[in-house]
Amino acid sequence: MLKLESKQVNFYYGSSPALKDINLEMESNTVTALIGPSGCGKSTYLRLFNRMNDLIDNTKLTGEVLIDGIDIYKKGINVDTLRKMTGMVFQKPNPFPKSIFENVAYGLRVNGITDKQFIEERVETTIKQVVLWDEVKDKLKKSAFELSGGQQQRLCIARALAIQPSVILMDEPTSALDPISTSKVEELIHELKSKYTIVIVTHNMQQAARVSDHTAFFYLGELVEVGTTKKIFTNPTQEKTQNYITGRFG
Amino acid sequence: MKQVDENKLAKSKKRKQSLAFFMFGFIGFVIVGILLTVLSFIVFKGVSVISWDFITKMPEEGMTRGGIYPAIIGTLCLVGGSMIFAFPIGVMAAIYMNEYVRDGIIKKIIKQMTNNLSGIPSIVFGLFGMALFVNKLGFGDSILAGSLTLGLLALPVVIRTTEEALKGVDDTFRHASLGLGATKWQTTRRVVLPIAFPNIITGLILSVGRVSGETAPILFTVAAYFLPKLPTSIFDQAMALPYHLYVISTSGTNIEESRPIAYGTALVLIIIVLLTNILANFLRKYFGKKVKMN
Amino acid sequence: MNPFFKKFSEKFIEGLLMISGTVTSLTVVLIVFFLFKEGISVFNKKAVEEGYVIAVNKSNKVNSISPEDIKNIFDQKITSWKDLGGKDSIILFRLEDISTYFTDEQIGENFERLPACISRVVDSIPQIFAFFPEKYMDKNFKGKEIEAGKISFNTFFGGKEWFPTAQPAAQLGAKPLILGTLWVSLGAILLALPLGLAAAIYMSEIAKDKVRRVMKPLIELLAGIPSVVYGFFGLVVIVPAIQKLFNLPVGETGLAGSIILGIMALPTIITISEDAMRNTPRSMKEASLALGASKWQTICRVVIPHSISGITAAAILGIGRAIGETMAVLMVTGNAAVIPHSILEPMRTIPATIAAELGEAPNGGVHYKALFALGCILFVMTLVINLTVEFITGSKKYKKH
Repeated sequence: MLKLESKQVNFYYGSSPALKDINLEMESNTVTALIGPSGCGKSTYLRLFNRMNDLIDNTKLTGEVLIDGIDIYKKGINVDTLRKMTGMVFQKPNPFPKSIFENVAYGLRVNGITDKQFIEERVETTIKQVVLWDEVKDKLKKSAFELSGGQQQRLCIARALAIQPSVILMDEPTSALDPISTSKVEELIHELKSKYTIVIVTHNMQQAARVSDHTAFFYLGELVEVGTTKKIFTNPTQEKTQNYITGRFG
Repeated sequence: MKQVDENKLAKSKKRKQSLAFFMFGFIGFVIVGILLTVLSFIVFKGVSVISWDFITKMPEEGMTRGGIYPAIIGTLCLVGGSMIFAFPIGVMAAIYMNEYVRDGIIKKIIKQMTNNLSGIPSIVFGLFGMALFVNKLGFGDSILAGSLTLGLLALPVVIRTTEEALKGVDDTFRHASLGLGATKWQTTRRVVLPIAFPNIITGLILSVGRVSGETAPILFTVAAYFLPKLPTSIFDQAMALPYHLYVISTSGTNIEESRPIAYGTALVLIIIVLLTNILANFLRKYFGKKVKMN
Repeated sequence: MNPFFKKFSEKFIEGLLMISGTVTSLTVVLIVFFLFKEGISVFNKKAVEEGYVIAVNKSNKVNSISPEDIKNIFDQKITSWKDLGGKDSIILFRLEDISTYFTDEQIGENFERLPACISRVVDSIPQIFAFFPEKYMDKNFKGKEIEAGKISFNTFFGGKEWFPTAQPAAQLGAKPLILGTLWVSLGAILLALPLGLAAAIYMSEIAKDKVRRVMKPLIELLAGIPSVVYGFFGLVVIVPAIQKLFNLPVGETGLAGSIILGIMALPTIITISEDAMRNTPRSMKEASLALGASKWQTICRVVIPHSISGITAAAILGIGRAIGETMAVLMVTGNAAVIPHSILEPMRTIPATIAAELGEAPNGGVHYKALFALGCILFVMTLVINLTVEFITGSKKYKKH
């Protein structure tokens, strides 16, 4: 059960700043929603926690990003191990060109697990966890591309859960899904809350209101306001937040 | 999580990755190295041979002395001849494909056939050129037969590059012109072609590079083993640089004696290829910027 | 402008463009027509020398003899009719042997009675195998003219010997050439595929953008060098090196061809597979990395499986390029038309055979037609390769989302 934290974080793409002096704490066993208009830096912020931004050339970070009090950008931190600790779910369902089974087993395999029985058990429990088992149990060997978009996204969540991370980072996980699939994923997020620290980036106000305990509003690379979801949506202290959640811009 | 020694795992992953990346990088540079070896070998061996006399004199003493003037002229004739044929037809075909014909069975067939044509080995073009142009149409071994054969070979290249160029023209230009009441051809000629022109020319240059080095198609349609005079009409045989290189390096009267000539000829061929490539790249960059700025 | 004229000229131009559009299709059709017209007609031709006939005794049960067997009879490798389905040993009869059976007077001063004499010889000796000019065939010939040396599908594709100028019957067995082509091309792809893939992986996944921007045009340049220059380079550098390295009598071997062809196939393999790998969606790679996979694991387990159809296409196109290549191979493989046993032997490919022999094959003769038949084989091979590639890349299993 881990706490995510950032202290005076500034982040630059080349010379243009994408995040400005972000100080934010996210409690364990809660869902924190990051909201804000496109380009406000919320995705960039999310990707700090599994060091996904390392993949982009010519970027710079100052300040501290902490998971459970440990600076994850410190020298000597193994990035692969860090990423194993943090599961990530992407905007669009992005299963690998492999079978359903192998998609979920992937994380185990790349992390050096070879015990066949163990892998099989873990795949089954994880797929059950995302309530996909009944739909796919007869076609585990089939390509993951044969599933519908919503099923694919739940499979991708299962893929992230299989390595038993402590943190789950979700980058607009339902933006490519239809309403029914969306509500299934949201239910799932609700259930996962008891075991994981979840951060979700979303464009969808209602979704933030429905699934999250805390909400942080980003605007132009700055953290404008953070608080319990209830407070942000009913009684924000900042005018910008008020304008955004009521749909006056964004 | 089942217990796996984190540190050991991380180390082994890292080690494998470093090894693989090192190897792949190494191979990448080896391949570039091969290219540079071929180029520099020919350049070093050939550069001392090349002189004004070498490119302006007839071959002498069984092609062991003298120059390669007639081969250069022959290749120029062939390149010119093939392009006179292939360039207009290729460009028109591409215009037809990109601007006129609708998606459907005809377009599919033409596309497929053009693809097939570009996949046919050059020696088969040689066979065909001999059967049709040399024998059936009675052109004999001649610049005409050779140019037509080479032209057919270059046709798919011209079509493809022109099509790419036309596709690069934004549809809004076409719509704007059509919207002003211009006909399709007026739109094509006055709006689309001028914008696509630099890229079409780039394609032309690249096909010149390709054609000037082809040997197999001209073996039986035009190439003369040794002909120390210049062609006077399109029905004459001619020498050509690639064939000349082949002859003096494999079956000349005195292979050892004519080695320097061979190096020189190879260098001239390489220079042609390099020049066309550099020119094409330059044009692409230069005009690429210009079009964007406007 | 006159609206009628305007409309007319529009139509005229469209027609002109359409005609240009059909030129490639027309060319393909014409190529197929000429190639196959000449090529297929070889199968009805006799391999025996023009103007000669082969005849046997009427009692002989043998009705046809393949070109290969004719040669073996002349070489006295076959000495008995038993090998051909008859009985007794063969008695070979050539025109000059007539003097052992008849005197000059009997034949006549101007050979006017020669046809009758030949007819009598053939009639009287049951084991005879007679080979003589057709013009000395008697009107009431008492022997049996034999379907001799007709080139069939089997003798062409199965024949082990390619010796088109052989006497008395041209040996047109394409097997050594087909095998030579396959050996050299497969050797080339075995060398080029691992190297090309490694370079493609390096360029698309590992190298910095700056490095890639220098490397890519250089590799494209590699594709632009004329094949005759590669052949020349092979001849003066690789051939002697192979001779020294393996201590061979000659360095012109299949291996030399494979190396040169491998180098020539590299750009094709690299560009196509690199394109395929770069098409791997970024988010797919990120998902793998986010699960704790290293970059290398991601390449092996995600990028390569995702781009496998492109990689396959690259390999097949590489083979296609190698199969069709003429000049470089002609210059370095030594061109021995025998069935290869090792890559260190001289070999001869189909394109090289056409290039080397078409110049000296009499127009319209058996040899000429046989070379066109080789061209047909080559055409079909490359067509199959191109269609396979289209099929693979067209029916891509994993569509992008």
